Amino acid sequence: MSQMKNFTKGFIKENPVFVLLLGMCPTLGVTTSALNGLGMGLATTFVLIGSNMVVSAVKDFIPDKVRIPSYIVIIATFVTIVELVMQAYLPALYNQLGLFIPLIVVNCIVLGRAEAFASKNSVGASIIDGLGMGLGFAFALTLLGSVRELLGSGALFNFKFMESDGMLVFVLAPGAFIVLGYLIAIISRLNKKNA
Amino acid sequence: MEYAIIIIAAIFVNNVVLAQFLGICPFIGVSGKISTSVGMGGAVLFVMTLATVVTWLAQHYILVPLGITFLQTITFILVIAALVQMVEIILKKVSPALYGALGVFLPLITTNCAVLGVAILTIQKDFNLMEGVVFAISTALGFTLAMVIFAGIREHLDNMEVPKGMAGVPIALVTAGILALAFMGFTGLV
Repeated sequence: MSQMKNFTKGFIKENPVFVLLLGMCPTLGVTTSALNGLGMGLATTFVLIGSNMVVSAVKDFIPDKVRIPSYIVIIATFVTIVELVMQAYLPALYNQLGLFIPLIVVNCIVLGRAEAFASKNSVGASIIDGLGMGLGFAFALTLLGSVRELLGSGALFNFKFMESDGMLVFVLAPGAFIVLGYLIAIISRLNKKNA
Repeated sequence: MEYAIIIIAAIFVNNVVLAQFLGICPFIGVSGKISTSVGMGGAVLFVMTLATVVTWLAQHYILVPLGITFLQTITFILVIAALVQMVEIILKKVSPALYGALGVFLPLITTNCAVLGVAILTIQKDFNLMEGVVFAISTALGFTLAMVIFAGIREHLDNMEVPKGMAGVPIALVTAGILALAFMGFTGLV
């Protein structure tokens, strides 16, 4: 039961983007389309699972004073793996996401989960926590990307179903801020109702 | 002339916060008051410039000659983290006044993605050391400019009657969106 809770809390109740307001830079930067959002979300999920797993496995061997730098090295290792794999097999997506792939290192969600969860829990629970949080992040990015793509170019996952071009501003920088603002307001309203 | 283009592009056209989405966390988090946002801007200016110099040297004198450029991400983040610690310790000893002004913001900067972002961009754009420094300084100025304008707006926003559901972060984000819209007016300047 508690494993299930670890997994599902990332979606709505403790959603890293909409509720905890972490990882805003990639959230705003890459969500010009649903597909980009999903790709970034899955890349971050992989890093989260990997770093959570390793951090919880080695937590007893790391002296308390150097734990943050050690976590950063572990995270950076997984980010480098993602970077190289993406470059080799998904070059188009890699070019689209560009700078934001290496920047997963400084995504507060990853370090935050390592410090707040993985350093205190077992390997199994940490993997599930990473999976849940990562998918919650991916869900938020895909949702934001879908809304922006739909309003901005009348398409969804590159599948066009509106004749007109839509309001370009939603694909550009200002649209990111505005759509995210409204989404956060809606989600917090939903959370209040459930509570 | 080339420097002038780098400066204008980094401050206005490709503003680091409003057009490139780097450093959003401090932009939303510590932009409540004008004075704190100026302090944050100063700390970022300091660290970003130093970090760009050190990472540029590391890239061109260590990573490239040894053929291990794939370790870029891991090297840069460690260099930045170590640098921030060092700056903190040195400032505390040498200039307590400056430390008092910037000290609280320094630990926050390690996770400011703008610093790592600028270090990587400098390499990607193939800048030489001098261009990199100019780029870092003007990016930091652009960051400060956006922060200060935004803080000014938020100070006024506090006294407004915002619909309940939108209060706090949502209205701040919508405001940032409108500000980004205004900055889009600079497009095509260079």
